[in-house]
Amino acid sequence: MTAWLVRRLAAAIAIVLAVVTITFFLIHLAPGSPCGESERQLSPEVCRRLRAQFGYDRPLAVQYVKYLWALSHGDLGESFALHRPVADALADAIPNTLTLAGAALLIDFVLGLALGVYQAVRARRFGDVVLGNVGLLFNSMPTFWLGLILLLVFSYWRRWFPLGGMSDPVLCPTLSTLRCVADRAWHLTLPALTLGLVGAAGTARYQRAAMLEVMAQDYVRTARAKGLRERRVVLVHALRNALLPFITLFGLAFPFLLTGAVLVETVFAWSGMGRLSVTAIFQRDYPVVTASALVASGMVVLGNLLADVLYAVADPRIRVRSEVT
Amino acid sequence: MTEPLLRVRDLKTYFVTEQGSGTARAVDGVSLDLFPGETLGLVGESGCGKTVTSLSILRLIPEPPGHIRPGSFIEFEGRNLLTLAPKELRAIRGNRIAMVFQEPMTSLNPVFTVGDQIAEAAIVHQGLSRNAARARAVEMLTLVGIPDPQERVDHYPHQMSGGMRQRVMIAMALVCHPKLLIADEPTTALDVTIQAQILELLDRLQRELGMAVMLITHDLGVVAGTADRVVVMYAGQVVEQAPTTTLFARPLHPYTEGLLASVPRLDTRVSQVRGRLHSIPGQVPAATAWPTGCRFHPRCPYAWDRCASEEPPLLDAPGGEAGAHTVRCWLLTEPQRRERRA
Repeated sequence: MTAWLVRRLAAAIAIVLAVVTITFFLIHLAPGSPCGESERQLSPEVCRRLRAQFGYDRPLAVQYVKYLWALSHGDLGESFALHRPVADALADAIPNTLTLAGAALLIDFVLGLALGVYQAVRARRFGDVVLGNVGLLFNSMPTFWLGLILLLVFSYWRRWFPLGGMSDPVLCPTLSTLRCVADRAWHLTLPALTLGLVGAAGTARYQRAAMLEVMAQDYVRTARAKGLRERRVVLVHALRNALLPFITLFGLAFPFLLTGAVLVETVFAWSGMGRLSVTAIFQRDYPVVTASALVASGMVVLGNLLADVLYAVADPRIRVRSEVT
Repeated sequence: MTEPLLRVRDLKTYFVTEQGSGTARAVDGVSLDLFPGETLGLVGESGCGKTVTSLSILRLIPEPPGHIRPGSFIEFEGRNLLTLAPKELRAIRGNRIAMVFQEPMTSLNPVFTVGDQIAEAAIVHQGLSRNAARARAVEMLTLVGIPDPQERVDHYPHQMSGGMRQRVMIAMALVCHPKLLIADEPTTALDVTIQAQILELLDRLQRELGMAVMLITHDLGVVAGTADRVVVMYAGQVVEQAPTTTLFARPLHPYTEGLLASVPRLDTRVSQVRGRLHSIPGQVPAATAWPTGCRFHPRCPYAWDRCASEEPPLLDAPGGEAGAHTVRCWLLTEPQRRERRA
């Protein structure tokens, strides 16, 4: 088990390094430059001095080695667009993304699982058919479109929710902590629902299929023959098995917690990682782009690792095999 | 005569087929009795309705597509199982009537330890604490002859062989000391040597626990060694029913005759029976379209026009007490036809 973990960690570091390298060169290959020469906003002389100041006039290989050297010391560099260290920009954006993505994933998984199980138990009956079609509708909606519709209905026509932002910039600092948390939750509702509902629709379809497959297994009949309540048959004997494929889904969704949702963050003016990275790409803010790629690839690798560990916890057949190796 | 423990009358379990076009009459008017402490063998080819009969008793038929027709009657300990409320039915399942299934590989839940799966019924039905139930699980594993039960109780099904798993299935079924055990082809998926062990185990446990067993099998050898009485099914119906010794000595239904003749025997050489092992011509008809009249007549060597038009009832065999040996065949009314043929 320890050897397996060490091997996996070594592979993880290699993957992250590869992603950082590819991103570094790709973003430098992209046309345009940080000080926007093409738009002629700055005089060439100022631009030249800025490039020298940030070291962008050196050969790419030298820049790469310097970047890696700094990175190995935990230094992510300085953003010239934001005029602050990249690490600080990330530290501001990550909690916001974590809040939004966390809330969205919670809605996605809790609602998706519940609906999937319900639909499987009532398969091909009225409730399942209705939910199946509504789910398909939501699953096919672009998130930014659903976000805009929710804003139109619940923030513009009915003024129940704010039009955007993460908290009230004037009131919040003057309010008590508790009221401020409530204000944040109020701002969080619509963007989290937008992401959560679209996600839940997909999760429900997935979970319904997994559950239906398990419900047809012989051991479910065995559980019924024992005289167990239907609730226990479904929620313990069947669901426990139907959760195994769900772990894969979790592993795939995990990076989203830190990469954020570009479109929804933009629609709701949410200052998270999604907006940060997109803005950085447009401004050719090299260190921020590379740092975002670093975080994203790290999360993908971590998500996979977590899924594998969870599999071993949830499925005894895998547990024993990993003990052997 | 003692009261039967289980009385099945006119059981009809039908399935709506996939296309919705036809109805498969998988079990079509089965009646049988099972007495306390006895072993009843339920025999027939695949698709004759044995398994559906057994699943119907505990109402484990998936609905839809299946349903038990109104007018069917399954009485156990004086109560009609088909009209019980779900709660009352649960109190019988796994407690008074338990089942062992054919496939030990797939009938155990892969994510729970065998100990937990055995203990579960004891916790649900007898209100045992987790610790007491675990101790009971160890006891049951010992009873079914699993070595190192203290250690095995925490194992998962995939860590055990097929024979071991079937022993676990039996332990699971017997944990509440049921009055009736329904064993549906309990040895079919196992090696021959393991089959004998499992049958011996069932036989021993039946004597120790004083329960009745309904043994479902297509293997006449299994029936000969273990059953007190045999019910032969064909095309969703009971075609012959008799004490085991009588049935083997004097089979009266042509289908039973054919079944017995297709078992290879050591005491008659294959060359002596005209060089070949006997087989019943044709195949079991589809459950959506049983033949009219006697359902066996298209495959029957004795069939005459009456067989094709009129369905025979279960008739008492001559020379026995009423109900002891019954046969669904017109030959009983015209025995001379059998001699003429022979």
